Amino acid sequence: MIPVAFDYTQPSTVDEALASLAAGGEDAKIMGGGQSLMPVLRLRMAAPSVVVDCSRIDEMIGICEDDTHVIIGAATTHHAVMNDPLVKKYVPLLAEVTSTVADPAIRHRGTLGGALAHADPAGDQPSAAQALNAQFLIAGPSGRRTVDAKDFFVDYFTTAVGPDEILVSVAFPKQSDGWGYHYEKFSRTAQAWAMVGVAAAVRMEGGKIAEARVALTNMAPTSVRATSTEAALVGASTMADIAAASVNAADGTSPTSDIHADAEYRAHLAQVLTKRAVGKAAALS
Amino acid sequence: MTEVLDTANAIGRPIKRKEDARLLHGQTNWTDNIQLPGTVHMAILRSPVAHANITKLDISGALKRPNVVAAFGAEELGDLNGSVPCVWPVTDDIVMPDFPALAKGKVHHMGDCVAVVLATDATSAVDALEAIDVEYDVLPAVIDMEKAIAPGSTIVHEDKGTNTCYVYNLGGGYDEVAAKADVIVKRRFINQRLIPAFMEPRSVVAAPMGMSDEITVWSSTQIPHILRVLLALVTGVPENNLRIIAPDVGGGFGGKLQIYREEILVTQLARKLGKPVKWTETRSEDMVASHHGRDQIQDIELAATKDGKMLGLKVTLLADMGAYLQIITPGTPLLGMFMYPGIYKMDAYDFTCTGVFTNKTPTDAYRGAGRPEATYAIERIVDELANELGMEPMELRRKNWITHEEFPYTTVAGLTYDTGNYEAATAKALEMFDYDGLRAEQKQRRESGDPVQLGIGISTFTEMCGLAPSRTLGALKYVAGGWEHCTVRLLPTGKVEVITGTSPHGQGHETAWSQIASSILGVPVEDIEVIHGDTGRAPYGMDTYGSRSLAVGGQAIKAASERLVDKARVIAAHQLECSPSDLEFVEGVFSVKGDAEKSQPLGAVAFEAFTAHNLPDGVEPTLSAEATIDPQDFSYPHGTHLAAMEVDTETGKVTLRKYVCVDDIGIQVNPMIVEGQVHGGLAQGIAQAMYEGASYDEDGLLQTASLADYLIPSSMDLPSFITGSTVTPSTTHPLGTKGVGEAGAIASTPAIINGIVDALRPLGVNEMAMPASPMTVWKTIQAAKGGAA
Repeated sequence: MIPVAFDYTQPSTVDEALASLAAGGEDAKIMGGGQSLMPVLRLRMAAPSVVVDCSRIDEMIGICEDDTHVIIGAATTHHAVMNDPLVKKYVPLLAEVTSTVADPAIRHRGTLGGALAHADPAGDQPSAAQALNAQFLIAGPSGRRTVDAKDFFVDYFTTAVGPDEILVSVAFPKQSDGWGYHYEKFSRTAQAWAMVGVAAAVRMEGGKIAEARVALTNMAPTSVRATSTEAALVGASTMADIAAASVNAADGTSPTSDIHADAEYRAHLAQVLTKRAVGKAAALS
Repeated sequence: MTEVLDTANAIGRPIKRKEDARLLHGQTNWTDNIQLPGTVHMAILRSPVAHANITKLDISGALKRPNVVAAFGAEELGDLNGSVPCVWPVTDDIVMPDFPALAKGKVHHMGDCVAVVLATDATSAVDALEAIDVEYDVLPAVIDMEKAIAPGSTIVHEDKGTNTCYVYNLGGGYDEVAAKADVIVKRRFINQRLIPAFMEPRSVVAAPMGMSDEITVWSSTQIPHILRVLLALVTGVPENNLRIIAPDVGGGFGGKLQIYREEILVTQLARKLGKPVKWTETRSEDMVASHHGRDQIQDIELAATKDGKMLGLKVTLLADMGAYLQIITPGTPLLGMFMYPGIYKMDAYDFTCTGVFTNKTPTDAYRGAGRPEATYAIERIVDELANELGMEPMELRRKNWITHEEFPYTTVAGLTYDTGNYEAATAKALEMFDYDGLRAEQKQRRESGDPVQLGIGISTFTEMCGLAPSRTLGALKYVAGGWEHCTVRLLPTGKVEVITGTSPHGQGHETAWSQIASSILGVPVEDIEVIHGDTGRAPYGMDTYGSRSLAVGGQAIKAASERLVDKARVIAAHQLECSPSDLEFVEGVFSVKGDAEKSQPLGAVAFEAFTAHNLPDGVEPTLSAEATIDPQDFSYPHGTHLAAMEVDTETGKVTLRKYVCVDDIGIQVNPMIVEGQVHGGLAQGIAQAMYEGASYDEDGLLQTASLADYLIPSSMDLPSFITGSTVTPSTTHPLGTKGVGEAGAIASTPAIINGIVDALRPLGVNEMAMPASPMTVWKTIQAAKGGAA
């Protein structure tokens, strides 16, 4: 299919990108790897005035660390993220989640920042960011600011990134001792989006769960935390405990219905997958 | 690279496919690659709704857009707006609505063609569609077949006054045997609508050739020869002026066994504009405008004695035609009508099929065409009967199937199966599968209440393919024959051209046909070129569908090759100064019996035939032979397929853990190609059971209009298939071959569903809708639990 004609620019710095965005006005669109934008353009569901391709901005590519965080440039590809030694060592949940995204071809072009800023409720990485309390560095005309994961995801395909702003990088706290992780993804075919996904991070103390973070994919307009289950999991030491706590996993969610899964079924899946994800994260299953 | 062969044994070798190098290296010509100077590109405005009157259509805006050459609605196109033909009026009183290429005042399904724009580039043509001013008065959509034929329904084609296309009856006597039955099992099966989803989208280029009145049409089609005849009849272009070329074609599965409205439009517009016209569909267009397959409601009754002897079968079908009749839309369900009794002996069979119009994309042939639906119904109901009787499902099959010493066997549906050995295929499959071991594991999982239950699915299938004896087709009111043609030419340099009327789109004909000719002519496979898919170079043929190419086309290659050897023998005898009967022909060389020194290779005979300096009196120069063969009968491949299904009862997720099939397709020309055909067929049949299903909402809008929603499994979703074979040569086909193209797709669907149901029987589940999605499985389990409580 053929998109509507649009202008295209490929800036080499964040400032140039911001300038292009400002010049393009409200119909300007940022592109990372293009894996979500291109299908939308080809189906003529979007007609941007200009596409600002941020895939060649050095500052936005690559992975580094400081004392407490692993910092990943927004234009770093999924393939690079999931294979990076720092990510595998300090943020294994992100590596695991990223390895479930689509197929190798898409993972070689798609970017972490693109997926997070696109904020598809069925996307996998937002749940990793939620479960890990990632921090988002956003650049705009008036400077740079940092936003926590809990405030980053606003609504369907909507984040804290303003129309004149760009997501530059994402910082993930380094995993400390005692934490375990797992992502339980349930999809219709191997390469499909998650019907429901559950990212679990738990800290164990003396064989019991001391702290739990559970983020749900595709159960609401954005990735959400299953807060009542998180609270109920504290003190759990058996699969039976975890199962009991997981019964509330879908509380407060608002899953959609489509031909492959209705809201009732998604709510049921959220419970089962939460039990499984937490059980594996806690090494109790 | 090319393997050196002992040509006498060219048949039966798994040699690599000759066509793959160019396909894999991107050196081929798909239709969309064809670029002719001065080409204009066509874009189509399609109906976004299922059923509506077009209250306004103004194309003038499009004409003002950049690079636009022309635009047409039905009114502007006038007499050039040909109608899509249907060549299988299955009953004398069949209702056949008009199917104009461009809708005339009314659209009947989502995707119906409303207008076209032609521009000097494809982008401008697509852009200009937005400038067409069109308004619809939307009407209620007819979606559900039972509602469609109930009184008071909205009528799809008002001028016809009914949504019933036809009612077809076969057989009789069921009620008498049912009255004597101890057990009658009744089930309703939904054989859902599928979208063929071939990998290469449809593409057509038509060009007036200038130096003559010829119009050449390149099309991604399975049927260049049939298309030539029909396009001539529809457009009025004299058939002799039409040349159809099917270049390399990227899959079809029946979906390109068609004359499409877009082929008519492109041809007509090339004539009108005097320029080459090109159209290549998008995947979004393909999903709504290429024909769909299956879509039947099947009410099935099987009557039996209490010890498991089948007495009779009653089949009542509703078959969704969609909005229009295309090439063989009404006949497609009837291709299955002889196959409902499957491999079983019984005394009576009643069949009724009602064709129904709805506001959906037309249906037509899709891999198996009627036989998968039949096989699904019989193999599912046999499992239900076994459950009802408390019998082991394989034991029930054994008790009723035709035993190998009973062939040839005339079934209750009237077909005569020439050969088969169901016992042998089943014994081999059970061993490869570890049937007893898996049954033991199933028992253990049931007893321990494992959340993941194990089921074993069985499908012991046969099918009729190799379409088809022309007289039989005539008796069924199909307006064409089922013969096939081959011409074999030996060139002066010793190279061979095999000119076939079959038209491959992924099957590997170039390799397999070379093997057949090589085995007879003694010429190496690499010296044989197979010419196909071009009515200019290969004028006679009936094309490729219905697992017919080898079963029927292979006979023509054999016969033509043998005739060529006969002619060469006369020339060689003259050269060697002996009688033809004194010659033996081994590995491509004629030699005098008892005097091997006196010999002449076939290539030398070809050169003599070319120079014609020394030919016997009455023998014409050149060395070629042809054969046009009408098959004696259908071919009847069969096999035993076994599936081990794991069902996660907590989520409803189904995993195909192990799949074993043993197919008997008679003699195999190239076992590697056979295996590939089986694998692809299995994937498609399994996909029907687990993944695929075209879904419409109540407004008639296709909800599965992209490959994100219409789920086609990839290799990651399927296990490594374990395939095997037994060889019972066909006695009605001179090469001993049977068709294989559709076998996997026909056999596998019921094996999967039987396996899922088998896993869930203890939970009270006796039926599973397709596709068996996790949600469907989970909800079925919940409903059964509710019923039990």
